[in-house]
This record gives sequence, C-alpha cells and structure tokens, in this order.
Amino acid sequence: MGKPMKIRASVKDGMTEVKILMQHEMETGLRKDADGSLIPAWFITEVKAEYQGRIVLDAQFGQSISKNPYLMFSFKGGSAGEKVKVSWVDNKGDSRSDEVTISA
Amino acid sequence: MSKEIDLGRRKALSTGGIGLLALFGGAALLRPGQALAEWNQKAFTSKAVDEALGSLGATNPEENSTLIRLTVPEIAENGSVVPVGISSSLPNVEQIAIMVDKNPNVLAAVFNIPAGTAAEVTTRVKMGKTAHVVALVKADGKYYRTSKEVKVTAGGCGG
Repeated sequence: MGKPMKIRASVKDGMTEVKILMQHEMETGLRKDADGSLIPAWFITEVKAEYQGRIVLDAQFGQSISKNPYLMFSFKGGSAGEKVKVSWVDNKGDSRSDEVTISA
Repeated sequence: MSKEIDLGRRKALSTGGIGLLALFGGAALLRPGQALAEWNQKAFTSKAVDEALGSLGATNPEENSTLIRLTVPEIAENGSVVPVGISSSLPNVEQIAIMVDKNPNVLAAVFNIPAGTAAEVTTRVKMGKTAHVVALVKADGKYYRTSKEVKVTAGGCGG
C-alpha cells in the first residue's frame, strides 16, 4: 500500500477545487544506481478522483511526471462537508486511496 | 476410427474456443473498479511527439495558442520539478495531454475531462534538458495543440 496523499478540496462560487500531493518515487527506469545498474521503472500510471460515486477526473501518468506528483483541477458542484475520493495505481500494481472533506 | 478421433478433436477445439471467449468476456466485465480507460502503453512509450500524437489518435492537431493557455516557466532551474498548467476556453473539452519533446518518453500525462470538470489542470513534470512542452487539447472530438520552450539549467533525469 502506497503512502498517504495530501488532498485539499475547497468550494467557491459553485466550483470545487482539488489539490493533490501524492507520495511516490516516480522512477523513470532510465536512471542508474551507484553500481551502474538500471533502477527499474516505478511510477503511478493512473489517478482518478470521485465525487458522490461519479468520476470527476481520470488521469494517466507516464514517467515524466515529477517525483511526489502534484495535481490540481476543479469540478462543478460540491458543497462543504461532502467527500472527494482520490485513488492511484502504479506500474507494480500498488495502489492508494484517500478521502478528503470539502471545505468552504 | 480415425474419423471419430478427428470429430472428437474438433469438438474439443470448438468448446475450448467458446471457453476462452467466455473467459475473456468475463474478465472484461469483472473490472468495475478500473479507471475509465486502460493505460495507453503505446502512447506512453512513444519517443517522439508525432508518434505519441498518433498513438492518442490525434494526428495533425490544429496549432492554436489562443484557445489553449499553456503556463510554464521560461527558465527552470531544476528540471526535475517544472510546473505545467494547461487550460482551454474551447467548449466541450474531453481530454488534455502534456508532452515534453526532448524527454526519452515524450508523453507525461493524459487527463480525461468528464462533463462538469473544468478544462484546467496543473501538475509538475520532469525535463531532462531544454525542450518544448506541448499541450494537446481534445474538444468536441477535434484536437488542438500549442507549445512553449522551457530552458532547463539543471536536468531532472540525472543519475
């Protein structure tokens, strides 16, 4: 199981803005360690955000996304006290899911 | 005798075929928790922008820097963390993609934008060296692109 995400969601003028900070190495598979052998690729491949059982963002990542990926987006609707759920899956099959309460 | 054996074999083959079909069909149905689209391996292992565009089904997108706003720094002191913001004033934006033309794998991310989600995403990418960041936007089934150069003073893919 992956490390916890930091998520913030706040609603303003009918739009909920979601900021996500994932904790992940995002290894490209192209770097070498001290012995000169390749460090295997290890990166998040899919991220999705759900609000009331509906997908509000569905993303696919490649190796070019920075270590500890940051993501910001916003969707119409949402009100304070409701939840937004964010999940990711990496290329090794590991996953993580976290929920945040929307603030005003 | 040989005819009977042959028939038996044919029967076995045909039922085997049906069994396999059922298995694959079942596998496809039994994945409700999956993301909407499968990870596009072909696109994400593309070595050039045109190849990635082709894999995304976006050959010859319209060049347009007015309808797509790409926000990147002019100079990135640290290529391992380059903020990229893409937004679009086009109606019915369905997809936004980010590419870095000089990276070993050019495609960084693809965002599927459902109805009700703003056509605006911000993330951070790695850049090995000075390169163009390409923003691709799909709206109403049509593709648009724009790009900007980011000068990288220290690469983000060093070992």
